[in-house]
Amino acid sequence: MKKLIQALVALFVVSFLLIFWVDKLNSSQGYSGGNTITVYNWGGYIDPTLIDQFEEETGLTVIYETFDSNEAAMTKIQQGGTSYDVAVPSEYAIEQMVEDDLLYKIDHSKIPNLKNIDERFLDLSFDPGNQYSIPYFWGTVGIAYNPTLLGDREFNSWNDLWADDLRNQILLVDGAREVMGFGLNSLNYSLNDTNKDHLQEAKEKLEDLQPNIKGIVGDEISMLLANGEAAIGVVWSGVAADIMWENEALEYVVPEEGSNLWFDSMVIPKTAKNIDGAHQFINFMLNAEIAAQNTDWVGYSTPNKAAMELLPEETVTDERFYPSPELTAKLEVYENLGKEMLGYYNELYLQFKMHKK
Amino acid sequence: MKKKFKLSNLYLVVIFIILYVPIFYLMFYSFNSGGKMYDFEGFTLDWYKELFQDSRLLIIVLNTIIIALLSAGISTVLGISGAIAIWYVRKVYAKNFLLSLNNVLIVSPDVIIGASFLILFTFVGIKLGFTSVLLSHIAFNVPIVVLMVLPKLQEMGASLIDAARDLGASRWDVLSKVVLPYITPGIFAGFFMALTYSLDDFAVTFFVTGNGFTTLSVEIYSLARRGISLNINALSTLLFVFTLLLVVGYYFITKRNARPIGLGARK
Amino acid sequence: METRSRNLYLIPYVLWIALFVITPILLIVYYSFIDIHGNFSLINYQKFFTPVYLKMTLSSFWYAFLITAFTLIVAYPTAFLLTKTKYKHLWLLLIIVPSWINLLLKAYAFLGIFGTFGFANAMLEVFGIGTKQILFTDFSFIFVSVYIFIPFMILPIFNALDKLNPTFVDASRDLGASGWTTFWKVIVPLTIDGVKSGCQVVFIPALSLFMLTRLIAGNRVITLGTAVEQHFLVTQDWGMGSTIAVFLVIIMAVIMFFTGNRKRGL
Repeated sequence: MKKLIQALVALFVVSFLLIFWVDKLNSSQGYSGGNTITVYNWGGYIDPTLIDQFEEETGLTVIYETFDSNEAAMTKIQQGGTSYDVAVPSEYAIEQMVEDDLLYKIDHSKIPNLKNIDERFLDLSFDPGNQYSIPYFWGTVGIAYNPTLLGDREFNSWNDLWADDLRNQILLVDGAREVMGFGLNSLNYSLNDTNKDHLQEAKEKLEDLQPNIKGIVGDEISMLLANGEAAIGVVWSGVAADIMWENEALEYVVPEEGSNLWFDSMVIPKTAKNIDGAHQFINFMLNAEIAAQNTDWVGYSTPNKAAMELLPEETVTDERFYPSPELTAKLEVYENLGKEMLGYYNELYLQFKMHKK
Repeated sequence: MKKKFKLSNLYLVVIFIILYVPIFYLMFYSFNSGGKMYDFEGFTLDWYKELFQDSRLLIIVLNTIIIALLSAGISTVLGISGAIAIWYVRKVYAKNFLLSLNNVLIVSPDVIIGASFLILFTFVGIKLGFTSVLLSHIAFNVPIVVLMVLPKLQEMGASLIDAARDLGASRWDVLSKVVLPYITPGIFAGFFMALTYSLDDFAVTFFVTGNGFTTLSVEIYSLARRGISLNINALSTLLFVFTLLLVVGYYFITKRNARPIGLGARK
Repeated sequence: METRSRNLYLIPYVLWIALFVITPILLIVYYSFIDIHGNFSLINYQKFFTPVYLKMTLSSFWYAFLITAFTLIVAYPTAFLLTKTKYKHLWLLLIIVPSWINLLLKAYAFLGIFGTFGFANAMLEVFGIGTKQILFTDFSFIFVSVYIFIPFMILPIFNALDKLNPTFVDASRDLGASGWTTFWKVIVPLTIDGVKSGCQVVFIPALSLFMLTRLIAGNRVITLGTAVEQHFLVTQDWGMGSTIAVFLVIIMAVIMFFTGNRKRGL
């Protein structure tokens, strides 16, 4: 009994010493002060030196919190309890959040740098007039492949994935819209198709692909492709950029039938406390030099035209990540299909996953 | 006889090797100048240098340890009370019912626990952050402590208690002088399992955290999309070595000072 | 007097149950009757009894069973041998320490070890077996799951064995019982409570595993946990996710009932 109580007391003493330490650290960082803004973003999705620069220029302290999926981030924003001032979700999540009335309108007069954004990326279907969101990065879905493992093979069509000699070579990202989307694209249907016969057809076609699929995985896909665990992956262009950063041998292509065009955009959630600071932050990130530096660090495609002029020539002319206007015309943004249709997509996707080779 | 002894030692060695291989794998690559968890290119200490300049990460690590220690400690106390409560219940049905309630949080998938705690906390008006994370960790640690303590109680049997009562011990005496010493190994087992649960939890913490408070798991999972940097490996290496030294040091110090306070201390 | 002091033990625990157990239960039961349009309906329960979900339930059971069985097979001898070592409590602690390293990191390490160019395949190559696909198979999934659950099984068994009175074993041997008989007739019955509690803390969470099904099994194994995860985080169909959770809780209660101790307490 005495020993148990001693152990318990020791435990609390240690804990409180640690709490004291953290408290000192926090106040030396300025996190506990009043003049802060909270940025809610994906992990590793901003050049950290820019945060310091922003803090210096504005005197605000940035609290940087991270999420690992749009849906989880939405749930947190919906429930409140934390004052996120700026968040960076993907476009379909933004559409949903607008519908659920979770976002403040953005005051364009406070964002003079909005002029830097390429007009191609403004006024899109998920947020007409950019009332609620300002694009941060964008990209596509395509095929990343490793020519050294495959010989001089090329991929131009989604249907190339179904080749008999690619047994057990393909990794897919674990996303219902992505997988069903390329299934639909390979049949020349729209990836926003709501015709149940077409969807069923796409599912059956995908089931035929099963022998070629090695695994359906999450973020670890970049590591698996970079170290040659599989030769082919269906991935987002951002992931492809990360992989090529690690292993230059890899190639990325957006198939000719078309594919998905995605955006991660900055929004101001209704939980915001420092709306002025949020506008300042968004405007700061749109500054040409800042955006160029951030693009260089993150490695994704920037929608910022002024920043592109500052970036190296070979980056912005790389058609894999800045596709030609002809190909861009074939890309589609995910539309909000409604909960019922989304449920149907997921149902088919689940059936596809359970289909044994 | 001698040969058999060697065989059994071999078995333990193999188990330990398997348990530690992934850890050594992580540690090995924390020295990789190539910057990834494969293809060892050359030796470097850069990741450690980077780590020591990152005060944000230090805060996160400290948060994680504080939450783990406090939640494991408090939930152990709660869990002991729970185990004794269940043990006192006479009716088999009532006992099984209580046990089932106890286990709900073990069987429920993390997202559900996380989401429902989030709803609970925002409904009650608890500010998300340290308090909410601590409360949730205590909550999901309690059942595991109960499950570790209960078998020790059951094994003790009633005769020991009856004997103590017959000898005139008060209820409190019975608890502090008979029951608790007997179940101490179970209590330590529960505490360490609670520590494990708390250190590893991602999903529940993610939902109930906020206002700048983050733990290591949440940080690591959110880094996964862009690839986990090797300074996380370096961090794990340091934490691991530190824990190991702590455990071994603590064990031998207490060993020298008379009776052991290890896991299975017996009086 | 007696009843009141008995109730004192109950108070903190009952408070805990009321706040943190009843709330999630009420919530999942409530949501399980809500369809995707937010209306009251039984559709989710109907859906659960379709082949897709029944198959998933069966496979969850099967994998949880395999994981528990293998964990027990590995853990029992380990715990037994640990009690015979000199610094047994230190070794026991050293079994637990690896579980404090983040699970995602360890999973990444396993991806590297089991990969085509990984350590495991290099070993197979040395033994002349040749490179095999280990990742994304049942084997790797069960191996890593067992790896994760081993400490949870060892602890209660160790505690049960550790206090086992050696005189029982000696007596049995003196009476002429063989080592095997002593083990089955004396040691096992005396440690059965520890084994039971070990199996519970492995089997119950194994039913709702989700992370490893994606990371190590590449979604080749689909369990109820994966489905709940999907419904909550992807489809945003909290209703269906909750319905599966309701069944998980029911299944758990049934298991507790059958493995529960029928002996009367104090």
